[in-house]
Amino acid sequence: MKHPARISFQNVALEFSGDSGPVKVVDNVSYEIGNGEFVSVIGPSGCGKTTMMNMVAGFLQPTSGHVLIDGKPVKGPGPDRGVIFQEYGVFPWLTVHDNIDFGLTLSANKKSRTERHEICNRYMNLMGLSDFANAYPKMLSGGMRQRLAIARAYAVNPQFLLMDEPFGALDAQTRAHMQDLLLQVLQTEGKTVMLITHSVEEAVYMSSRIVVMTARPTRIREIIEVPFPYPRDPSLHEDPLFGQLRSRVRSMVMREYAAQARQTHEATD
Amino acid sequence: MLKRVALILAPWFVIVGLWYGLAYSGLINEALIPTPHAVATRFWELLTQARLPLDIWMSTQRVFLGVTLGITLAVPVGFVLGWYKQIRSFIDPLINFFRALPPIALIPLVVVYFGIGEFAKVVILFYASFFAGVIVMYEGIAQISPIYVRVARTLGATDSEIFRKVIIPLTVPHMLTALRVALGVAWATLVASELIAAQQGLGALIQNASSFFQLDIIYVGIICIGFIALAMDLSIRAFTRRLVSWQDRIA
Ligand SMILES: Nc1ncnc2c1ncn2[C@@H]1O[C@H](COP(=O)(O)OP(=O)(O)OP(=O)(O)O)[C@@H](O)[C@H]1O
Ligand SMILES: [Mg+2]
Repeated sequence: MKHPARISFQNVALEFSGDSGPVKVVDNVSYEIGNGEFVSVIGPSGCGKTTMMNMVAGFLQPTSGHVLIDGKPVKGPGPDRGVIFQEYGVFPWLTVHDNIDFGLTLSANKKSRTERHEICNRYMNLMGLSDFANAYPKMLSGGMRQRLAIARAYAVNPQFLLMDEPFGALDAQTRAHMQDLLLQVLQTEGKTVMLITHSVEEAVYMSSRIVVMTARPTRIREIIEVPFPYPRDPSLHEDPLFGQLRSRVRSMVMREYAAQARQTHEATD
Repeated sequence: MLKRVALILAPWFVIVGLWYGLAYSGLINEALIPTPHAVATRFWELLTQARLPLDIWMSTQRVFLGVTLGITLAVPVGFVLGWYKQIRSFIDPLINFFRALPPIALIPLVVVYFGIGEFAKVVILFYASFFAGVIVMYEGIAQISPIYVRVARTLGATDSEIFRKVIIPLTVPHMLTALRVALGVAWATLVASELIAAQQGLGALIQNASSFFQLDIIYVGIICIGFIALAMDLSIRAFTRRLVSWQDRIA
């Protein structure tokens, strides 16, 4: 990792208050994400990935330990951290153009009219949404809403991108296309990225490091370096080294899913 | 287009047809069921030579005032109840208690406290439209997904920006629905409100006619109320379609 760390988890634990006392979801997690890194977080469903992201985004505070951005504890959400939510959250009452423009009109990112115009057009072009500038989200496909959510987050030029299974709902072709599009955009505008995904293929293809999480309460199983240089292109999928790494990560993730299944089995017995 | 018009008019013709059928069937004493054309003739008479225009004007004015006051209060109250779940849990039974009371039962109290003037009639309509509106409003607001507020925060929005740019646009459709429901309820309550010593108004027309057993006039009054309420509802719906065309469905 390149120093100094931009995002760091220091002995982070988080408990939710459940019906029968507190439920520990995140248990003593420590890791760091350096400048310009692309880190994927992968782990069994329900283990606490979104919870971890919400602590970086500023929607949740750790019960113990610290989540730091550039060495300072996260106080709340802010435009330095763009978030792509699992459920997109495009604004249904605004057109495609106005969704992207939304952040630019806020006092936190005050932009002149010409700048706004230029930025909106740039991201509509980049995300292939120009023909739908004046369409409302109800007319868009799932993939287009996804692209819109990404464009809207990008428009305010955050230093961090936090993405929660952004491509989960897309078909395989659209998904591959979106992955390449994102890599391209990152190539021109360096950002520090935290991506939550269920897809081992996606994690290996896109990231510089992969954090594999255990079942709940989630801890770090392992952190895996992905050695392939950027820019990456689809031919990487055929690389034998890629295949090896993918198998290694996959078997690790499978073990965690199996452990989770055993846990729930025991719990219901 | 022609087909659409035909489809819209068809059920009305069916009703008029059934009405004629019933009137001429001999099943019911002729004196008890005026024919549609007798009612139409009476309508024309009342409209051109008598009091009907004034009745319509007075009733519309009362409904308008009652609904305006009711919705003006229902929107902020419904908003607060919908947005703050803690407040809702103990105010909700109260609202449902008052909503369940039939306005007619309140008339004696309204007369005692507000007299028998115009104001008393508007109070009844206000009561009915407020409780109808407030429920629609808070049910709608409570369903707004918190995701939009979260997204806005991650883009850097302040509290006041969130209110102006996220919450207000999401509230407008519910305001319009509340207005529609309140108008419907107000028209349905009109006759009750005009039980309070009204000289003019469609409700008063119906009540006077009933003391003289003028069934055709009663029908004229009822049909007028129905059609005015329908016309208002259609215009609010048309307005809604334009104003919130972003919505998936328009109720
Ligand atoms: N606000 C909350 N209150 C109580 N429990 C919660 C809350 N949010 C999440 N949880 C619980 O915490 C656990 C982790 O949730 P989280 O959403 O972080 O999982 P995840 O890893 O993102 O899962 P998925 O991959 O399915 O999205 C889940 O068991 C969930 O039920
Ligand atoms: Mg999740």
